[in-house]
Amino acid sequence: MAKKSTATKAKAKYSKETYAYWYESMLLMRRFEEKAGQLYGQQKIRGFCHLYIGQEACASGAITALTKDDKWITAYRDHAHPLGLGTDPGAVMAELFGKVTGTTKGKGGSMHIFDKERNFMGGHGIVGAQVPMGLGIGFAEKYQGTKNLCICHMGDGAVRQGAVHEALNLAMLYKTPVIFVIENNGYAMGTSVARTSNVTELYTIGEAYDMPSFPVDGMSVEAVHEAVAEAAERARKGDGPTLLEFRTYRYKGHSMSDPQKYRTREEVEEYKGRDPIEQVKKTIMDNKILTEDEITAIDKKVKKQVEDAVKFAEESPWPDGQDAFKDVYKQEDYPFVME
Amino acid sequence: MRVIQYREALREAMSEEMRRDKNVFLMGEEVAEYNGAYKVSQGMLDEFGPDRVIDTPIAELGFAGLGVGAAMNGLRPIIEFMTFNFSLVAIDQIVNSAAKMLAMSGGAYNVPIVFRGATGNAGQLGATHSSNFENWFANTPGLKVVVPSNPYDAKGLLKASIRDNDPVIYMESELMYGDKGEVPEAEYLLPIGVADIKRKGKDVTIVSFGKMMKVALEAAEELAKDGIEAEVIDLRTVRPIDYAAVVESVKKTNRCVVVEEANPLAAISSEITYHLQRNAFDYLDAPVIRVNSMDIPLSYAPTYIDATLPNVKRTLDAVKQVMYK
Ligand SMILES: Cc1ncc(C[n+]2csc(CCOP(=O)(O)OP(=O)(O)O)c2C)c(N)n1
Ligand SMILES: [Mg+2]
Repeated sequence: MAKKSTATKAKAKYSKETYAYWYESMLLMRRFEEKAGQLYGQQKIRGFCHLYIGQEACASGAITALTKDDKWITAYRDHAHPLGLGTDPGAVMAELFGKVTGTTKGKGGSMHIFDKERNFMGGHGIVGAQVPMGLGIGFAEKYQGTKNLCICHMGDGAVRQGAVHEALNLAMLYKTPVIFVIENNGYAMGTSVARTSNVTELYTIGEAYDMPSFPVDGMSVEAVHEAVAEAAERARKGDGPTLLEFRTYRYKGHSMSDPQKYRTREEVEEYKGRDPIEQVKKTIMDNKILTEDEITAIDKKVKKQVEDAVKFAEESPWPDGQDAFKDVYKQEDYPFVME
Repeated sequence: MRVIQYREALREAMSEEMRRDKNVFLMGEEVAEYNGAYKVSQGMLDEFGPDRVIDTPIAELGFAGLGVGAAMNGLRPIIEFMTFNFSLVAIDQIVNSAAKMLAMSGGAYNVPIVFRGATGNAGQLGATHSSNFENWFANTPGLKVVVPSNPYDAKGLLKASIRDNDPVIYMESELMYGDKGEVPEAEYLLPIGVADIKRKGKDVTIVSFGKMMKVALEAAEELAKDGIEAEVIDLRTVRPIDYAAVVESVKKTNRCVVVEEANPLAAISSEITYHLQRNAFDYLDAPVIRVNSMDIPLSYAPTYIDATLPNVKRTLDAVKQVMYK
């Protein structure tokens, strides 16, 4: 019997466009964040900066399974989702710099990216906060009689927040069209999943609320796509929420200043051996979905996109400090306390 | 005298109290194996073991409540919030349980607990990570609120907070953990509720606390160059407030500026100002002026931050205004 190994030819199940999108979007996320990491080292980017490197399939695979009217919300590890949804990389980079041309005019920074046009309803800095909000976003879709849903990403650490459990229960109770996604990258800062609970099969927490709940290989963009497509069908039929646990891995530290003593080099290398971009590239090559030239063209395009994004961010102006008073209230003449 | 960091002063205070009383324990996110998100509890797991230096999941509501219950039942918990921004998911247990327990139980159950962690901005972290809660908690009867500005105060006040029989909110800053200062080797405690005159002067009183003390002291330094002698009062605790110290100083200087990082509406500065008009009205030669963060959330870009936070320039302008210069 043939041994299953990386030498096995990966079968292609989806269209050329889908594979091309997966490869290109994940490569863009990867290269963009590698650059962001460098720029952080040069102090062009400040504050906290959480990189998604290694986890790209969790965003990219979900995007192809949903429609452009579906809504997105996630935590502070939030550069990749908007990039995948088509947000201008220049605007995301400018936001990381704090420039006025950024996704929120330099208001939010790395942890709080938004893109209303693409239904990306934020990057949220408080662990777990986006989960009840994601529930509410889905609630509004159902209330208004649409067929849209909300996909709500959270980390493995967020699963231990009380608010998450309340939200899961409410979602099932009200049959809300939400796909809850746990991006289980093994750690919440320096704390491994096993050190946070007896329940380490994270998807099973959904079962406590009778919610359809499944583990998914989060390093495989195809597996992510399939699981999200199925969950979406359930939501659109009116059957309510699904909980998906994407088993993934972050290659980099939690934020930029993390000595990473809580894990071994070998562990990191093991996951790198299952890299989502390499995997999809292999499928593409094995099945000759794209030619070498087409792949090279994508690589070049992405490289240029990232260069352009940095240039755009560098050259963009700082916001006017007084504009900090803008967008605090919708009321235009709100009487701020000025002294 | 030896010089140590603010974080080391905190660590010494906790370690000394844990050696002294086995009912004291430390609990919070990343406090044990990671040695503290900001390295405050470095080495404490090694010394005290996992039964007394306890890592938690990200479950602030749960472990804050655990602390309250444990305190009602004989223990003296130190509950660390990675920052007070994250205490908001636990605020019910602080305000409704810890603060009100003694009164609600007719004196049966006191809650000797310390909730500690960083408050206020820590640079470019955006609005969710930059709030000040000193005045929020100070508004709550039943709590004590300590906001030390240097390593010496930090150690003495933390030891006093741990020994206190009421719930204490003890607020630090990411931007102060690396600050160095003189701290004696010998044991000392500092009383909660007593302000400290950090600089003597006769021309104007500047009242502040916590990391804004740096702004106040730097402003005083600048003023000295112009021959203006500012008296700088560090409140050190904002519940209770040492009103008398402020009034005494203003009786001498007749002018006052309050520097505070929190947003202005219903702030400690409003409180100080009320007390001065009530108790030092006849001594004031000018209206009291305050320098708070602007009445808006703190955004990410440096230009927004410059336009929002209190700083030396705004403090100097305020002093000049109260001195009619
Ligand atoms: C309520 C709350 N508590 C603590 C924090 C500090 N914090 C930020 S990220 C993080 C770890 C989260 O881990 P996880 O949910 O697994 O997400 P990941 O970073 O792995 O994507 C912690 C403790 C926070 N932002 N909010
Ligand atoms: Mg995680």
